[in-house]
Amino acid sequence: MNLTLTVNGAEHSLDVPANTLLVELLRTRLRLTGTHVGCDTSQCGACTVHLDGCAVKACTVLAAQAQGRSVTTIEGIGRPNGTRNGSPDDLHPMQAAFRDCHALQCGFCTPGMILRAMELVESGGTLDNRTVREGLEGNICRCAGYHNIVKAVLAAGDAMQEQSR
Amino acid sequence: MHPFNYHKPSTLAEAVALHQGAEDPAYLSGGHTLLPTMTQRLAAPSDLIDLEGLTELIGIAVDNGTLSIGAFTRHAEVAASTEVQSALPALAELAEGIGDAQVRNRGTIGGSLANSDPAADYPAAVLALNAVIHTDRRQIPADGYFRGLFETALEADEVITRVDFAIPSRAAYEKFPNPASRYATVGVMVADFNGTVRVGVTGAGPCACRADAFEAALSARFDPAALDDAELPAIDFNSDLHASAEYRVHLVRVMAQRATARLASL
Ligand SMILES: Cc1cc2nc3c(=O)[nH]c(=O)nc-3n(C[C@H](O)[C@H](O)[C@H](O)COP(=O)(O)OP(=O)(O)OC[C@H]3O[C@@H](n4cnc5c(N)ncnc54)[C@H](O)[C@@H]3O)c2cc1C
Ligand code: FES
Ligand code: FES
Repeated sequence: MNLTLTVNGAEHSLDVPANTLLVELLRTRLRLTGTHVGCDTSQCGACTVHLDGCAVKACTVLAAQAQGRSVTTIEGIGRPNGTRNGSPDDLHPMQAAFRDCHALQCGFCTPGMILRAMELVESGGTLDNRTVREGLEGNICRCAGYHNIVKAVLAAGDAMQEQSR
Repeated sequence: MHPFNYHKPSTLAEAVALHQGAEDPAYLSGGHTLLPTMTQRLAAPSDLIDLEGLTELIGIAVDNGTLSIGAFTRHAEVAASTEVQSALPALAELAEGIGDAQVRNRGTIGGSLANSDPAADYPAAVLALNAVIHTDRRQIPADGYFRGLFETALEADEVITRVDFAIPSRAAYEKFPNPASRYATVGVMVADFNGTVRVGVTGAGPCACRADAFEAALSARFDPAALDDAELPAIDFNSDLHASAEYRVHLVRVMAQRATARLASL
């Protein structure tokens, strides 16, 4: 089937089999391998991307369901390609906070954590230890533990609010 | 995942016609039950008929003591809806407690009710709030809807279009979530309609059910203690890796008492 969608700001028109998952389209066809597959069955959240601004598990969305929509992956959140200079300023504030707070070890869960955490902060509710832990219920980390992840999201929450002022 | 044909009909009639003409079709709503089943190769439909965008399945409205929710409404939309929050806060809270944020951004009320997972949350509300399930061809009252494990009154090609909930004077939902999936190990909704109480239970048996003796006890005296000796629903209690039947028996009473206590203390 023919599919048109926007990924990280660029429009793509592709021919894909109907049984293509969004995560397969991103990783295999578009080579955006920052989106990870941990479980394939909507348990772990490693595959989380934004679909029209909402955090979704891309292993449980058909590529066909993204027809005409806009997808953002971990590759699309920092400074745009071509304007990066290799400095920490290339990073989105959420990425910078994960780095500063040592919120990752192997990094496998990190892209999904970051995309969901961004939605959580942008939704504008109160951020505290409890709301962040509940907000990240759908993302599993098997090595860093959650303590520093929560710290990073709270720090990024402050930084992002500062930035939008 | 096995190959299939994907269809995106633009009218309800077209969706049903596609279903009737296909070999082994399935409707696709939020996909958060169906797609994991397919990626695990437990299901291999020949045709997927996507219900997104069908206008008959969209919208939330309050009218004359009834809260009406379109089948394609996602859990996150129910949780965030100001109409639901003011007319039936217990239902907004229930929706906010389903799975996790990403699941709530995709899963829909129609998909949840068509699927009738024994541990799903909405079924408890459908029974406690005396809901009516509207389909493309008829209206099904809550009490005749749940038939057994993953079994409902729906015909194979029937589409849920919306669910009408009766708005009670007060209601509360208490669930004991499975710590990993957040599905209800047991969930109980207690709804008070001016002194007549309805109690919907999910997670306990093969499908959601009402707790008749609890309803009678609470209608006579709205107090958690009224449930101390009330008889449990006569069902085969589930027993699995997460909780034994004995534990679920215990949880049904405790969740009902907690819901009652919350309302009684207001
Ligand atoms: C990790 C995870 C955690 C979850 N936790 C919970 C939880 O805590 N509580 C809970 O209640 N649920 C939970 N769920 C289930 C979730 O709520 C599902 O989204 C829901 O059960 C199915 O809705 P859907 O829209 O995704 O339906 P789909 O998966 O699209 O469809 C499910 C079934 O219903 C049929 N169908 C869909 N819509 C209609 C319609 N309008 N008319 C007729 N048939 C239709 C489909 O053909 C299919 O057979 C969880 C799911 C996941 C993946
Ligand atoms: S790979 Fe999608 S949730 Fe685990
Ligand atoms: S950092 Fe390794 S899984 Fe989270």
